[in-house]
Amino acid sequence: MTIVLNRIDDRLIHGQVVVGWGQPLDIAFIVLVDDAVAASDWEQELYRMGVPPEMDVRFHSAAAAASLLDSYRTETRPGILLTGDIATMRVLVANGGVREVNVGGIHHRAGRTPHLRYVFLTAEEQQALRELAELGAVVTAQDVPAARAVPLEELLTSHEGR
Amino acid sequence: MSDSVKRALVAGHADFAAGMISAVEQISGRGDVLVGIEVNGLCGDDIQKLLRDALVETGVRVIFTDLQAGSCTMAARRVLREVTDVVLVAGTNLPMLLDFTLSSDPDPVTAATHAVDRGRTSVSIHGAGAP
Repeated sequence: MTIVLNRIDDRLIHGQVVVGWGQPLDIAFIVLVDDAVAASDWEQELYRMGVPPEMDVRFHSAAAAASLLDSYRTETRPGILLTGDIATMRVLVANGGVREVNVGGIHHRAGRTPHLRYVFLTAEEQQALRELAELGAVVTAQDVPAARAVPLEELLTSHEGR
Repeated sequence: MSDSVKRALVAGHADFAAGMISAVEQISGRGDVLVGIEVNGLCGDDIQKLLRDALVETGVRVIFTDLQAGSCTMAARRVLREVTDVVLVAGTNLPMLLDFTLSSDPDPVTAATHAVDRGRTSVSIHGAGAP
């Protein structure tokens, strides 16, 4: 097995990730890539407490993670790569060999418009997602395994979240 | 929000808060001491702000959430860094909330501690050869 899901989710580790994806995919580890979390012992402890004891969480900055992903891909157990924003995932697509991106949760914030009930985007974020695709990644939106994977162009033109 | 003295916030996934409060109200008639927090579609920062504002507005000292890994729990734990007299209970179940709302203990933190014990001991499994 390897990293089976590359997910953008501004809530990082939460119920959908740990239970929704974690249980059916039998996830053994989460690689959480976030510069702020990587620099904070308190934040890391917060996220560690959110996962069951059999699930490992490894924390990296974006710059450090890009060169480490190949080693994670040799893991015998399945794992999830997680970023809190598009910019961090862009680093991993450009420099870390990520070829599939799951948009799992970009929630409401001032300046964002609704696309799906779990995806709200600014114009700049829409463009950033297009750039992930231009870099060679297949980008879809899907909050939980039972939901349909929404292709990027459909996501960008959808206003289901209104 | 009704005029009853509020004792705790309840927050969780989807309609967890509304469902739990509805069940507490039906069973005990004390649902109005709980304040449900609706977080659908919100980012973590906004959930944190919502919880912080609700604590200030209501003056309650107890937060009940559903999952240990849930966004509400994460946000509440961040709020707890800023306040020292509030407790968070994650993994809330209905027996726990009922015990809390029916408690006559004037200290909500003590009532929450008792409720956690009740919630833990209220889980059982029956049938199909279960031990």
